[in-house]
Amino acid sequence: MADFLQQVVSGLATGGIYASLALAIVLIHRATRVVNFAQGEMAMVTTYVAWTLIDHGVSYWLSFVLTLALAFVGGVLVHQAVMRPFQDAPVVTAVMVTIGLFILLNGLAAWIWSSEVKAFPSAFSTRPIDVGGVVFSLQDLGVIAVSLGVVAGLFALFRFTKAGLALRAAAFNPATSRLAGVPVGRMLAAGWGLAAVLGAVSGMMVAPSVFLDPNMMRPVLLYALAAAVLGGLDSPLGALVAGLLLGVLLNLLGAYVDFVGTDLRLPVALAIILAVLLVRPAGLFGSVAARRV
Amino acid sequence: MTALLEVDGLTGSYGSFTALHGITLAVQEGEMVAILGANGAGKTTTLRTVSGTIPRRGRIAFGGRDIGRLPPDRIARLGVAHAPEGRGTVAELTVMENLRLGAYSRPARAFRDDLQRVAAYFPWMERRGGQQAGTLSGGEQQMLALGRALMLRPRLLMLDEPSLGLAPIVVQDLYRIVRTLNREEGLAVLTVEQNAMLALESATRAYVLEGGRVALEGSSAELRGNESVRRSYLGY
Repeated sequence: MADFLQQVVSGLATGGIYASLALAIVLIHRATRVVNFAQGEMAMVTTYVAWTLIDHGVSYWLSFVLTLALAFVGGVLVHQAVMRPFQDAPVVTAVMVTIGLFILLNGLAAWIWSSEVKAFPSAFSTRPIDVGGVVFSLQDLGVIAVSLGVVAGLFALFRFTKAGLALRAAAFNPATSRLAGVPVGRMLAAGWGLAAVLGAVSGMMVAPSVFLDPNMMRPVLLYALAAAVLGGLDSPLGALVAGLLLGVLLNLLGAYVDFVGTDLRLPVALAIILAVLLVRPAGLFGSVAARRV
Repeated sequence: MTALLEVDGLTGSYGSFTALHGITLAVQEGEMVAILGANGAGKTTTLRTVSGTIPRRGRIAFGGRDIGRLPPDRIARLGVAHAPEGRGTVAELTVMENLRLGAYSRPARAFRDDLQRVAAYFPWMERRGGQQAGTLSGGEQQMLALGRALMLRPRLLMLDEPSLGLAPIVVQDLYRIVRTLNREEGLAVLTVEQNAMLALESATRAYVLEGGRVALEGSSAELRGNESVRRSYLGY
């Protein structure tokens, strides 16, 4: 039982990382119908920025906060410079642009920081702590706290602030939002900024365990895409729940189902997702409600 | 005296299709004006050009200021509230969130007063503030679109076919509220209406559009007496 709980918590930690990136994907998809395949690479680049700051002697948490701020600015710039010219193009075109961005950022990171693997520090010690007989890693608990904290902050922004309301309205119904005085273009740019912030969190949280290199976000992106689809692609809550579930599921599969081990985790997880989608095609939290055209 | 809204030589187009061929019209402060015409005459397009939602050419002045090149959100913030055809609410948001959205350009401290003012006309909106707008009836959605537009504290309210698809009693209700806003609060209203009888009852003046041009204009009384208007639009 103690071991099981430990595996669950450890799964929640990776799940929180998937959930952050999945939420980033959902935010952009909900507003623009575009699946941003470059979300992981944007996260990777921001993680390099954090690494550079730390490498120059800036403290971890200051680097963390600065990186989130820079990620926001970077996300806005990506929208304005790369995505906006394609805003009236078919969605498929815009998706191709994000794949191009993926390749560009990957190459750029290798060119700037070299593709040699770097160690990325963790804010939390790997020291285990004992809670009523169950041993947790402080690192896992820290990752859960940070990723869920950022996600909760974002939910609060969307739910309780005027800017959050405008962001949601602009995503749901740009035409009516404009008539109400909302600068929709700026809201879309801000959405890209917020998505980049979420990505930065996932990058900085995953980097200590997978090490920093230009390809480090690829598996995370796959899991995050899976979580986003499983959650319903347009549902932020769905992305969060599906991300956490997926993290826990993968961890439990690896730990308790012998033939799965570490090699078969991804295919088995994807098979389970496919099975769920067969039963609920719109995802766990998606609605099949007809889209207005 | 300069009018609140002055439109001169206005053209509007959808892609390569030009739907308006040089319209000239004006709305004075506190006036209620109707635009009549058959389907495709350019009524809806006229409102869209004023609110800046489609490409347009010509002079559009609001409160003496040229708004012909401003984006729709800037025009809204100047005090032009446009409740478009087919509602104009965000279905995914709640009733209260739609009203808050309408107040986007207003200072936060004004919200309570603005809400009270709108709730005086539509008491149910406060009671059912948590309901999703998409689950409202057609009439309620039209009311909410009007409520959302009023939260902007507009100087000019533009309504596009508010009666479309609604039960006669709901339409009466809606027009009663719009008339009250116009007469008691001095809100200028520009309304597009297929139902010419209804429009001419409420408005003081009207324009009749045909093929993207102003075919006739005059006071409601004049137009009601006009032989061709009577035959083409009033049907008696």
